[in-house]
Amino acid sequence: MMATNVSGIIDSTNDVDLSIDFAGIKAPNPFWLASAPPTDKAYNVERAFAAGWGGVVWKTLGEDPPAVNVSSRYSALYGRNRQVMGLNNIELITDRSLELNLREIERVKRNWPDRALIISLMVPCVEEAWRTILPLIEATGADGIELNLGCPHGMPERGMGAAVGQNPDLVEQVARWCKQYYSKPVIVKLTPNITDIRAPARAALRGGADAVSLINTINSITSLDLDRMVAHPIVGGRSTHGGYCGEAVKPIALNMVAEIGRDPATQGLPISGIGGISSWRDAAEFIALGAGSVQVCTAAMLHGFRIVEEMKDGLARWMGEHGYARIGDFSGRALANTTDWKYLDMNYVSIAHIDQDKCIQCGRCHIACEDTSHQAIAHYRLDDGTRRYEVKAADCVGCNLCQITCPVEGCIDMVAVETGRPYMNWTQDPRNPHREVQEPAAAM
Amino acid sequence: MNKLNHLPRSAASAAELASRFTDLHPALTPRQAEIESERCLYCYDAPCVEACPTGIDVPKFIRQIAYDNLNGAAKTILDANILGGSCARVCPTEILCERACVRNYDQEAEPVKIALLQRHAIDGMTFRRHPFERAPMTGKRIAVVGAGPAGLSCAHRLAMHGHDVVIFEAQAKPGGLNEYGIARYKLTDNYAQEEVAFLLSIGGIEIRYGQALGRGLELATLRREFDRVFLALGLQASRALALDESSHASATAATDYIRVLRQSADLTDLPVPASAIVIGAGNTAIDIAVQAKRLGSEEVTLVYRRGIEHMTATPHEQAIARDAGVRLVTYAQPERILLDNQGHVAGMRFTRTRLAADGRLEASDETLDIAAQAVFTAIGQAFDVEALSDMQAQTLARDSGRIRVNDAFRTSLPGVYAGGDCVNLGQDLTVEAVQHGKLAAEAIHFELMGKAEAA
Repeated sequence: MMATNVSGIIDSTNDVDLSIDFAGIKAPNPFWLASAPPTDKAYNVERAFAAGWGGVVWKTLGEDPPAVNVSSRYSALYGRNRQVMGLNNIELITDRSLELNLREIERVKRNWPDRALIISLMVPCVEEAWRTILPLIEATGADGIELNLGCPHGMPERGMGAAVGQNPDLVEQVARWCKQYYSKPVIVKLTPNITDIRAPARAALRGGADAVSLINTINSITSLDLDRMVAHPIVGGRSTHGGYCGEAVKPIALNMVAEIGRDPATQGLPISGIGGISSWRDAAEFIALGAGSVQVCTAAMLHGFRIVEEMKDGLARWMGEHGYARIGDFSGRALANTTDWKYLDMNYVSIAHIDQDKCIQCGRCHIACEDTSHQAIAHYRLDDGTRRYEVKAADCVGCNLCQITCPVEGCIDMVAVETGRPYMNWTQDPRNPHREVQEPAAAM
Repeated sequence: MNKLNHLPRSAASAAELASRFTDLHPALTPRQAEIESERCLYCYDAPCVEACPTGIDVPKFIRQIAYDNLNGAAKTILDANILGGSCARVCPTEILCERACVRNYDQEAEPVKIALLQRHAIDGMTFRRHPFERAPMTGKRIAVVGAGPAGLSCAHRLAMHGHDVVIFEAQAKPGGLNEYGIARYKLTDNYAQEEVAFLLSIGGIEIRYGQALGRGLELATLRREFDRVFLALGLQASRALALDESSHASATAATDYIRVLRQSADLTDLPVPASAIVIGAGNTAIDIAVQAKRLGSEEVTLVYRRGIEHMTATPHEQAIARDAGVRLVTYAQPERILLDNQGHVAGMRFTRTRLAADGRLEASDETLDIAAQAVFTAIGQAFDVEALSDMQAQTLARDSGRIRVNDAFRTSLPGVYAGGDCVNLGQDLTVEAVQHGKLAAEAIHFELMGKAEAA
């Protein structure tokens, strides 16, 4: 799929088209800004579009009078080198008047017709409230709405946000009202603060929703001020739990996206992936698990809108190098390989292999295995005083822990062992007292 | 030093000169320490621990720094090395812990800055009282001769075990080479004294100054009045060039000049040669050459009879000299010092040398004259035999001139132990001296208390 441009430089992006049609909403690329502070008003949104974002979900509108926010709103979980792993916020929905927001939305959509502009919405869980606001929304010309049924802080205390999203019956009801009083696509944004994410996704589909987006933020307390004995962020002398987002939540979001993608009841339901997406690779992972668009917030809040340049470029290059011309070409490709534990191959064996030329003799693999795993890495002291770490193949269970703790990339490989035995999952395994297939070998 | 008194003083102001002797490696800021501590891989069976002569648990203290526990980090260091603060400044870590660091591997080629992290922990400690407690009093008294790193380390460990210690020190101040011998830009300000004051705050240690073995103080007296004796005499004699009488008289021992330099409150008092020759190839040669440059010598030439690859100064030290603009002349051996008509040093004549086919060094017919106002010798320190001149001291068994000890730092005389540079173990490093003192103290304690229990 490599192409040569006029100057003779091979550019793998030339044949790649990043544009999407997500549940009827068109955008030049799959990178949208999630409903959050970065999409609070026309000023920010127009800067985002100028930077190249494919779409924006406008920060949640509600009934007047607008919400009032407190001072001190964010806190973070830091990595040991002060990189922000996770961000926590206690900010509410828009604190500007409905009228002002609607006027700005209309103008921005007119100025940027090729971009996706979606309005996030949250009003009380009564039909009248939705019937009143939806015509006003429709009049802006925006491309669709996203129902904020997931805000985990402040709003649930008033019967909105996650208080609705945690109740599948209410999710279905609100989706139904929206489809009744609004003609354009309706996306239901799901809260992860729930036991089984499939339940509200199924409810949204039953209510007629065109798509779901997930995840909203996760209930969280990031850290404490141990001198003042209060959690962050501190408002006066007190704190409250917030919503957690950023890179740390990506694994939770990926799983929930896959759960919905794998669920026969919701198969094919468009998903807008949200949760810690910071790079083109993160985006590609969400898309490979079935997302049709991705939404970004924390990464932009930490680095500004310009990050989208690299996201688009990196994704297009990777797609070009792998022969994917459009997002749809690889969307959902990893779903078939994501399965229940019971269908994993019990006969598959991999063991760790240490590349002694790359080993720096830090011993982390040894102590991790020795103390907490299967005592399968031996520690030797050679005559010249150096150390040598060797895998005891017979004891290695192929858990990957040594590879994970090794600081040198590519030093420890997990190597598949040829056993000569065919695929056999737990439902077929003779060691499983509840197996579904009895003695497959005996039948031969 | 008198032979240099005719030379001019520096034209620079005292403040300007002082500013040239600030830290060679400035301390890390808290943020730099945070970043650097993150780089430590917290190795199992860490090579850096093994490479440290005092066996400091390096991964542990770095992890403590990373988690904002500076007092914990300091305690980890001091447990193994009570002079961890000065060792962090003077250790040749490029041949010790930092050379062993696994981060030296090809992909990074950059060890964790262990010495600077160690200094960060020690400089940042905020103990409300001395972090070591003394065991109940044993009633035992131990004499330590020499208040250098070995003697101080031994005294501290003995005091910790409940013994009382009297240190006999020849100089007016404690610290040994830390006070009198280390390059001024490696151990700045009054750090040596501050560290000793901290060490002594454990209690139970008395220092008597102006007391030198062989000069009024006798080993027999110490053995009679104390339960045990630890000799930490150091190497008090500078090796001299084997040259004619007048050359011998005209050369200045580098250690003498450094001692005066370190003790000068006002560096404008020092005579500074416009040009100087340094004879030697070790770290002291580098120290004097670089310090002369910093004082304002325009031309400093380090002359060595062999090649760069044979120098004992570490590549790190050689780089310091190069950065300071020191000129290096190799394969030239001293012949004689040239004097002007007033009898002052005017230069030195060298004979060119070369390596013969069998690897031996041989002189050529060629000579080389280098003009200089001063010739500094830094060809090594030797044991001062005068210290062992009394009847009993004379009987001490010796190895290549220095005092012979066994694995437990016991000499041939019952009850007498020795350690540090005056014994013939290791490379004469400060950190090794600290370890000798510590181990000798443990051996003394074991012997004393073992015997007490038996009786």
